[in-house]
Amino acid sequence: MRIEYFQLIDRITELNLSELTIRAEATVPTTSTIFEGHFPGRPLMPGVLLIESMAQASGWLIIAHTKFERMPFLAALKEVKLRTFVTPGQVLAVAAKLAHDGSGFAVTEAEIRADNKLVCNATITFRVVDFPKGEFLANMHEVATRIGLPMEADTHG
Amino acid sequence: MSSTFDTVANIIAETCDIPRDTIKLESHAIDDLGIDSLDFLDIAFAIDKAFGIKLPLEQWTQEVNDGKASTEQYFVLQNLSARIDDLVAAKGK
Repeated sequence: MRIEYFQLIDRITELNLSELTIRAEATVPTTSTIFEGHFPGRPLMPGVLLIESMAQASGWLIIAHTKFERMPFLAALKEVKLRTFVTPGQVLAVAAKLAHDGSGFAVTEAEIRADNKLVCNATITFRVVDFPKGEFLANMHEVATRIGLPMEADTHG
Repeated sequence: MSSTFDTVANIIAETCDIPRDTIKLESHAIDDLGIDSLDFLDIAFAIDKAFGIKLPLEQWTQEVNDGKASTEQYFVLQNLSARIDDLVAAKGK
């Protein structure tokens, strides 16, 4: 995780555009100023960052599904369950499925597992708009390349 | 159409916690029922699922913004229900 840049996905491990699913890996850093405050002597990954991790994995799925034509923005969360604590150094398996591709919005079902144990899950709604062009698109392409987002359909990593 | 309206009204009542008996055929989803755009996404999601369609919200919004249509054409529930019936009929062709 590049937690200081709010880029929480390290690597896309699987993208299936037929099933409309994505799997990704995200390793919680061992040190961060976040853990100095949350909490002193008992560092815990904040729940909102777990939610954001699920949103970012979902977002990459939507971007891949729309071939960088559409950009999702987090709009609503439902049925969020934070089931257990996550601590520095843990490797998280983030997964999402596109539950609905609406007109101007999308809904995903996402979850995170650590050591195959369910950590959290949520139903996430995004507003989906035309992809901002120029520098924004270039930056997103750069991040997509860094995390290994397959650009071809039905690629398994 | 009547059953379409009933389904839509039930979705709105459940999604937005609006008393079902206040939701009428002539109700405007935005002006009368106070549904905002974010809540309408939940409604659209439920309608899409219930009828197996994809409400063309972006197209409707664009038409309203361009002055080519009024919000009443799409968001008065009688008209919304008719649009849904059209979309369902088109799907079956």
